[in-house]
Amino acid sequence: MLSGIPLFPEQASTLAPAVDNLYFFILAVTAFFALLVSALVIYFAIKYRDDTGLKVGAPITGSVPLEIGWSIIPFLVAIVIFVWSTVVFFQIIRPPDQTLEIYSTGKRWMWRFQHADGQREINALHVPLGRPVKVTFTSEDVLHDLYIPAFRVKADAIPGRYSSIWFTATKTGEYHLFCAEYCGTRHSGMIGTVYVMEPNDYQAWLTDGGITGGSMQARGEQLFQQLACTTCHLTNGTGRGPSLSGVFGSTVTLSDGRTVTVDESYVRESILTPQMKLVAGYQPLMPTFQGLVNEEGVMSLIEYVKSLSGSEGTAQARVAPDAAPGAAPVAAPAGAIEQRNEGRTQ
Amino acid sequence: MTTLAAPSPVNYLNVKTTVASWLLTKDHKRIGLMYMIVVTFAFLFGAVFAALIRLELTTPGGDLVSSDTYNRLFTMHGVAMVFFVLIPAVPAILGNMILPLQLGAKDVAFPKINLLSWYIFVVGFLFTIYALVAGGVDTGWTFYPPYSTQGSPSHVAATGLGVFIAGFSSILTGLNFMVTIHRMRAPGLTWFRLPLFVWALYATSLVQILGTPVVAITVLMLFLERVAGLGIFNPALGGDPVLFQHLFWFYSHPAVYIMILPPMGAISEVIACFSRKQVFGYSFVAFSSLAIAVFGFLVWAHHLFVAGISPYSAMVFSFLTYAVAVPSAVKTFNWTATLYRGAIWWKAPMMWVLGFMGLFLVGGLTGLFTASLGVDVHIHDTYFVVAHFHYIMVGGAIMGYFAGLHYWWPKMTGRMYNDMLASLSALLVFVGFNLTFFPQFILGYLGMPRRYHMYPPEFQVLNVMSSAGAMVLGVGYSLTLIYLTYSFFKGAPAGANPWLATGLEWTTQSPPLPENFRETPVVTEGAYEYSKREIKVA
Repeated sequence: MLSGIPLFPEQASTLAPAVDNLYFFILAVTAFFALLVSALVIYFAIKYRDDTGLKVGAPITGSVPLEIGWSIIPFLVAIVIFVWSTVVFFQIIRPPDQTLEIYSTGKRWMWRFQHADGQREINALHVPLGRPVKVTFTSEDVLHDLYIPAFRVKADAIPGRYSSIWFTATKTGEYHLFCAEYCGTRHSGMIGTVYVMEPNDYQAWLTDGGITGGSMQARGEQLFQQLACTTCHLTNGTGRGPSLSGVFGSTVTLSDGRTVTVDESYVRESILTPQMKLVAGYQPLMPTFQGLVNEEGVMSLIEYVKSLSGSEGTAQARVAPDAAPGAAPVAAPAGAIEQRNEGRTQ
Repeated sequence: MTTLAAPSPVNYLNVKTTVASWLLTKDHKRIGLMYMIVVTFAFLFGAVFAALIRLELTTPGGDLVSSDTYNRLFTMHGVAMVFFVLIPAVPAILGNMILPLQLGAKDVAFPKINLLSWYIFVVGFLFTIYALVAGGVDTGWTFYPPYSTQGSPSHVAATGLGVFIAGFSSILTGLNFMVTIHRMRAPGLTWFRLPLFVWALYATSLVQILGTPVVAITVLMLFLERVAGLGIFNPALGGDPVLFQHLFWFYSHPAVYIMILPPMGAISEVIACFSRKQVFGYSFVAFSSLAIAVFGFLVWAHHLFVAGISPYSAMVFSFLTYAVAVPSAVKTFNWTATLYRGAIWWKAPMMWVLGFMGLFLVGGLTGLFTASLGVDVHIHDTYFVVAHFHYIMVGGAIMGYFAGLHYWWPKMTGRMYNDMLASLSALLVFVGFNLTFFPQFILGYLGMPRRYHMYPPEFQVLNVMSSAGAMVLGVGYSLTLIYLTYSFFKGAPAGANPWLATGLEWTTQSPPLPENFRETPVVTEGAYEYSKREIKVA
């Protein structure tokens, strides 16, 4: 019967063995101390037992060398665990340079995922085997937390800001995806499945899914036009807003002298609360787009802004959709060039 | 209780017997007993909620109660147990009872404020009961916004007010104890002659006075956001939800030390008495309490490792968390060394201590997993954490409370209890506890998130084991309630010092006189001078 009880979770990402090795190390250290102290307590309690209650113990008051010893040894052991843990932690939170970008929003009580190519899915996430995947996400209402135990990754979804997890799946199959931060009534129903597929199957799934509305980048560009972002953000830098060409990933100076790296969070913030971190040299003219564009729209705009900075990561993901039917993907690069030309002529 | 036969004609229990004499009493011992009644009620509430939670979790589906009800159950369990059992149990019950006796004082420094603390506590508890009767609260005891301020359809405001009010009781008790320890020590009772229970209460008072105002302000801000729409934590109103987590844990992590330090103090007393020995490394044990109290304020963000804080601050908080583990380890080693070459008397209080040692050891050591950044990302908000803090709070704090309660019970009531039943109860609680919570470590590492009403079927066997253990645990606690209640009314007279213990509290009669001592005692030696003592050989 005991064989039916699971004791250890599946390892399905490159991070999982790193976390598990650390876990087993701490387990060994703590088991040693637990057994040592328990054994001593039991041994002393039996050996020195006195049921009369009338004897007295030996006149021992303490020992400074012992106190120093059992302060320093646990501390040194703790330092070893701390250093190892920190190394693993940075592996978990720092994605590699080239990742497949997937966006997600948590909302009571579902997870929506959006692939760069345009596929959307709910409470299901398809990813290819052996390729680093980064999921950038936020929440539309309360706190949530995206947790995939088999990959040993987790991060809170916080309304108003972006979080991310990354992983490279090492085993095809289906894995749990949980919401790990309590979010109300159906918190325990805010679960889903991660499908790890062979790269070919994943490509087939991408094209099979029936993309409506084109890639995220194409949708972002459409929004960029519709919301009239183009009127100010001219590519030659002469507009009322800064040029967005090549800006993603760079460092810009703000009007108050601080500097900020242009990442997903900064682009999102600049769309929704433009006055918060104004780029130096520009007037606070930009209106907020809060309410005019939803979280998924913002994510598409980010993909578009990314595309203006050349071939960063996501560019690879666009190979397939460019070949897909529909005018939007083809129009995307053309639109971008057109816009640059407009910028020059003004 | 009015018909209690006392060894001396007048004691604090029978000096006056009217209801008003209890409700208007300024006697620290009566106030301690009154706390015990309220806390025991809160414990029963919390235990019933826990039983329903474990019953629901025997199956993966949500078949016993609805999700909304389940969410209210675990929230009310947490609120009742944390704010109305764990925080007051040892300081307010045993501290009130014993601290002035151990100091050779007639009462605490401010007896009227002490009574006021009890009333404030009761008002806070009534608000919480109101919230429960009106339909409950479903935010989790941590009240994280924006759910608590915007999404939750439950009685967050009333519960929050209850917690806010009860906090003042804690602050006043801490203040009272601190002044009492500074000003009311008997002649000759120098700092390094103080019993370690007093040191632990002193360290706790520090945390209560400095930490509790922060949670009071935080809960008040939460209340203002929920009721008046003031944007502090909710991003939709321009607030920051992570700010709440920082403020909340700035108190609520040190609050863990409010819960565990006083039981640690009680453990030191009981170990010394039943080993017939000086506590090994007295000053190291005393200072480790202060070190824990101070460092305890510097580790709060280890609750936020996956909440998007800077990885560098996460590093600092992880490091400090490992640092705070050292004084706890020092205490454990010293207790173990105290047993060495002792004369260990296997009485019920000692059995509770041995249970405490085993459970606190596991609770403390599993903290090394949660403090580890690399491992915490995986186990954060899973059952691993649930198991870890129950080992500390129930295995540590509640076992320590029961050790102290069984030790001082003859002093408090003047009566003995059945030692065999009490030892059996300690064993049942120890076994039941491990059965309940050890499987939860495994569940947590497997990835089962906490606060889940329904769960994937592969987790069922471990959950059933856990629920079965909870039944054993329930039997253990019920047994304690039964024989202690019986003892209160019918137990054999205890005499002044049934354990032949050192300490001023054992020099006066049981139950003590209303004014504690006939004459102010004079202290000429350190605590726990068992080995110097002439114990009558039968």
